[in-house]
Amino acid sequence: MSTATPAVLSAAPAPRGALSYWGLVGHRLARDPVTLIAGALLGAIVLGAVLAPVIAPYDPVDGSIRLRLSPIGTTGHPLGTDEQGRDMLTRLLFGGRMTLLAGITPIAVACLLGGLLGVLAGYLGGLVNTVVMRVCDIFYAFPAVLLAIAISGALGPGLTNTLISLSVVFLPRIIRVAEAATVQTKSLEYVAAARASGAGSAAIVRYHLVPNVLAPVLVFTSTQVSLSIILAAGLSFLGLGVTPPAAEWGLMLNTLRQSIYVDPWVPALPGVAIFIVSMAFNLLSDGLRDAMDTRG
Amino acid sequence: MLPLLSVDGLVKHFPVRRGLLRRTTEMLQAVDGVSFTVEPGETLGVVGESGCGKSTLARVMLRLVTADSGSVRFHGEDLFTASPGRLKRLRRDLQLVFQDPHASLNPRMTMRDAVAFNLIIHGIDRASARRRADDMLGDVGLEPALFGGRYPHEVSGGQRQRVNIARALVLDPQLVVLDEPVSALDKSVQAQVLNLLQQLKAARRLTYVLISHDLNVIEYASDRVIVLYLGKIVEMGPATVVAAAPQHPYTQALFRSAPSMDPSQRLLEPPLTGDPPNPLRPPSGCRFRTRCPFAMALCAEETPPLLEIGAGHFAACHLQCGHSGTRNDARALAGMPQNRDGA
Repeated sequence: MSTATPAVLSAAPAPRGALSYWGLVGHRLARDPVTLIAGALLGAIVLGAVLAPVIAPYDPVDGSIRLRLSPIGTTGHPLGTDEQGRDMLTRLLFGGRMTLLAGITPIAVACLLGGLLGVLAGYLGGLVNTVVMRVCDIFYAFPAVLLAIAISGALGPGLTNTLISLSVVFLPRIIRVAEAATVQTKSLEYVAAARASGAGSAAIVRYHLVPNVLAPVLVFTSTQVSLSIILAAGLSFLGLGVTPPAAEWGLMLNTLRQSIYVDPWVPALPGVAIFIVSMAFNLLSDGLRDAMDTRG
Repeated sequence: MLPLLSVDGLVKHFPVRRGLLRRTTEMLQAVDGVSFTVEPGETLGVVGESGCGKSTLARVMLRLVTADSGSVRFHGEDLFTASPGRLKRLRRDLQLVFQDPHASLNPRMTMRDAVAFNLIIHGIDRASARRRADDMLGDVGLEPALFGGRYPHEVSGGQRQRVNIARALVLDPQLVVLDEPVSALDKSVQAQVLNLLQQLKAARRLTYVLISHDLNVIEYASDRVIVLYLGKIVEMGPATVVAAAPQHPYTQALFRSAPSMDPSQRLLEPPLTGDPPNPLRPPSGCRFRTRCPFAMALCAEETPPLLEIGAGHFAACHLQCGHSGTRNDARALAGMPQNRDGA
C-alpha cells in the first residue's frame, strides 16, 4: 500500500491553470503512444514527399528501359523499378506529393466551407437551414465513390478537377456534422445566458458556437482524410485524376497492374503506401478524438 | 413608489406542431395572463410544480422568448418595445442565473473568461474585463488565482453555480432573476449558495426574483411569494402570511405536502394526488378544480379572479369571494387556522 499511494498521487491531474484548451489537447496527444507512432510515420511520409526533389535519387519520369521491372533490392534501386524502368523509391516519394495534396486539400476546403455553412445553417435556422440541408441531402443520396467519379468524369481528368470533385463529395458530410453540433450547442443554457447578457449574434457565434463546434468537426474531418486519399488514388487509378507520366500512387497501381504476374512485390508498393498513410490518419484521428474530449 | 419591474397580462403560448405539414394543432399555455410587480430591494419568490410555467415566465420576462401579449416595464420603460441597442443596455440591469450549472457554462471557456465575456460584449477592453472578472470571482468566494484559469469540468457543481452568479453580477444589475439557482445542488451546498446570494443582495442592493419548486428555499429567502399553477397566479402575498395561512386550496396542499419533522403532524393522505392536467387542454374555469377537494359547479364555469383578501395578499379562488358556502368547511378540512385574512 505504501508504494501505491505515491503512484495515485502522481496520477492526479497536475494543476493546469496556465494551460489553454489547445495546450491541454496537445499535452494529451503527446502522451498517447499509438498517436505518437502514427504521427511520426505520417510526419516522415509528408517530409519525404515535401523533400522529394532533394532526396529522391533519380528523376521521377526518366527511366531506363533496360532496367524495367527490377525486383526489390536491386543495386541502385532499393525498391526496384516500374514497367518503364523508373526508380520506384523516387516515384513513391514524388507520388506521395500528389496523393497527399489530392487527399488533404479537398478535406481542408470542405472543412472550412462546410464548417462555415453548417454553423450558419444551424444558427440561423429557418429557410437558410432548409435550403442548405436539403441540397446536402441531394448530394448525400449518392455513394461517395460514385459521386466523385461522376463529377470528375464530367469535369475531365486533371489534378484541379480531382480537387473540386472531392471537395464536393466531402462538403455535405461536414456541413451535416457542423449543423448538428451547432443546433445542439445553440440550445444550451450558456448561449441563452450570453443572449440574456446582451451578446450579439457575432459574439455568440465567435465565442460560444465555433469553439464548441470545432472539436466535433475537426474529429470528423480527420476521419475523412484517409477516405479522401483513397478516393483521390482511386480516381487516378481510373484515369480521372492525375495524368501520366506524373507519379501518383493510384496511377502507379494502375500502370503496374499488368506487371503483377512478373513480380507481385513491386506493383504492391503504391498500395502499401496508400494503406500506411490512410491507416496512420485513422489512428491519428482516434487519438485526436480522445484528446479533444475535455470531460475525459 | 414606482415598482422596479411591473409585469402586466403576460401571455406565452407555445404552438404544438404535428403531422407532415407541421400545422399548429394545439397551443401549450405556458404563461397565461400573469401580472405582478417587483419592488426595489425585495426578493420575490415564484413557486409551483414542474411545468407550471416558472422558467418560461423568467425567459419571457427578460425577453429571451417573445411574449404573445402583455408588457414588462422596467422603471416604467417597456422592455418589449425597446430597440435592440436600448435592450442591450437594459440587459445589464436585468440578469438571469440559470438552473443547470453544467449546461450554463461554456466548456471551452475558463471561469475568468466566462465572467469577463459579459464585460467584453459591453465594450470593456479585455485586460480590465479580466481584472474585474477576478474581483467578481473573489466576491462569490472563488479564489481567482486558483479558479480563474479552470474549465467548468474541473470544478464542482457548487463552484460552477458561483461562477454563474458572478457572471450575472459582474454587469452590476439591479434585478436578478434566479431560475432554480440551487435545485441542482446538494443540500449542504444549497445553503452555502443561498447564503451567498443573501450576502450579495445586501452588499450590492439587489432585487431578486427567485424561482423555485422548493418551498423551504422560497420561505427562507423571499419577502413575497407568487404561487403559479398551470401558467396562472393562484396566490400572491407576503411570504410569512402565505406560509402561515395559505388561502388557495392549491397553496394549502403545496405547503401540506412538505414533509413535517413532527410525527404527530403526519399526513394520512397525500394532500395532492395525480399530475397537473395537460397544459395543452387546461380545465375550464378554475384550472385547479380537477384536483381541488372543494370544487363546486361554479369552478368549472367561471375563472376565479385574483382578488385582494388581505394587505397585499391575493388569491384566485371562488371560495374567497362570497361563494362561502363551503369556505369554513374548506378551512376546517384543510386544517388551517381561521379568521387570519381579516387584516
